[in-house]
Amino acid sequence: MTIIKTDPNFKHEVAAEPGGEAIKYCFACGTCTAACPVRALDERYNPRKIIRMILLGLRDRVLESDFIWLCSTCYSCEERCPQGVPFAEIITAVKNIAAREGKLHPAYVTQLDLLKQFGRLYELEEFDNKKRLKMGLAELKTTCDEVAKLLDDE
Amino acid sequence: MENKYALFLGCTIPLRGRQYEKSAVEIGRLFGAELEPQQDFACCGFPIKSATREGTLLLAARNLAVAEEAGLEVLALCSSCASVLAEAAEELAEDDDLRKKVNEKLAKVKRKIEKPPRVRHFARWLYEEVGPEGIAEKVVAPLGDFRFAVHYGCHYLKPSWAFHDAEDPEAPHSLGDLLRATGADVVDYAEYKKCCGGALLGIDAELSLALAGEKLTRVKAAAPDAVVLVCPFCAVMYDDNQKKVAAQLEAELDLPVLFLPQVLGLALGLSAKDVGLKLAKNKCEKLIAAFAEAK
Repeated sequence: MTIIKTDPNFKHEVAAEPGGEAIKYCFACGTCTAACPVRALDERYNPRKIIRMILLGLRDRVLESDFIWLCSTCYSCEERCPQGVPFAEIITAVKNIAAREGKLHPAYVTQLDLLKQFGRLYELEEFDNKKRLKMGLAELKTTCDEVAKLLDDE
Repeated sequence: MENKYALFLGCTIPLRGRQYEKSAVEIGRLFGAELEPQQDFACCGFPIKSATREGTLLLAARNLAVAEEAGLEVLALCSSCASVLAEAAEELAEDDDLRKKVNEKLAKVKRKIEKPPRVRHFARWLYEEVGPEGIAEKVVAPLGDFRFAVHYGCHYLKPSWAFHDAEDPEAPHSLGDLLRATGADVVDYAEYKKCCGGALLGIDAELSLALAGEKLTRVKAAAPDAVVLVCPFCAVMYDDNQKKVAAQLEAELDLPVLFLPQVLGLALGLSAKDVGLKLAKNKCEKLIAAFAEAK
């Protein structure tokens, strides 16, 4: 028999995050899971199951999982939830907690670095500006250091 | 109609969606509106929401402050930019404490939000300010011979609260209405409301391409002349990555992908060059020839 470590405070922790407040209203109808286009293709991602895991306090299993990163942010779950539980926000809250514990998915580590460097996800080079000018589009600044200043404390 | 707007381009469009930007600016001009990118606009904040919701809000607020300073409403071409900026504008207008907290951080970069500007998606603006009737009145090259499949994507409509419930995400029609105003047919296809999968491209490429593949298979079955959309990242999935999607499906797709203002522009008398028709990754020579003939 395996003893599963639980943390009954986890649901309160999620509820304390901006966007996580409504988690305790879930009555497990599964509309979120039925609406989810990711779940339709990949069994790893199941919104109802994730909510139950949070409510049961399976903190480590949730935060260390691969599945929390699989939300496509389509918002179908929260648009259809009869209880007004915004699951897209809840999974964001869970990912933010994971990020603070050093478990941020490497794709986002890269994106944060790019934003700090260029102010955008992609580097806009002078070559791109030439193409833009040729089409009659405005030349754009290639960097924005304000982004790094704002993100450095985050 | 106010005649000047702050055009929000985001990260993807300046490099990978210039045909969208060009055709949108030209459409604006046809209806007496100047759409001008602000030099100080940067990333909207959406891409890092999984890492830091607070960081996303700060980046969104910074952009809103830039537009507020210029005294301009924001029109966004990218649906994710539109939704994250609209969410932030709504939260910052409603919550005085949050605005105060955000302003303390924005002070570091000498920015301030007092009254967040109105934020709309370019297509929403077109639908509300010009409308299908306004388009129909100015059509010079009717597209009666063409059939299009509309992809609404997610963030043009959702979260619906951020857009003041402008359109029911369960039964969207605005983009189809605008297209039909050119005389074109809009085809029905199964699962037309589903997501492109773009947000997962960097996380799990196979799953992301599978989401795009499921959708493009349905589109293909309806045999349209092109897929028409309003988000540069949906275009990255359907156009830039179409060959990978097809390879994973082990199927032929060969679907031209166009942005809504490109198609509207052609009907309104703009040239193929004005709307950047050749910039589509998935070549649409047949369509270009047909458009030339229709004119």
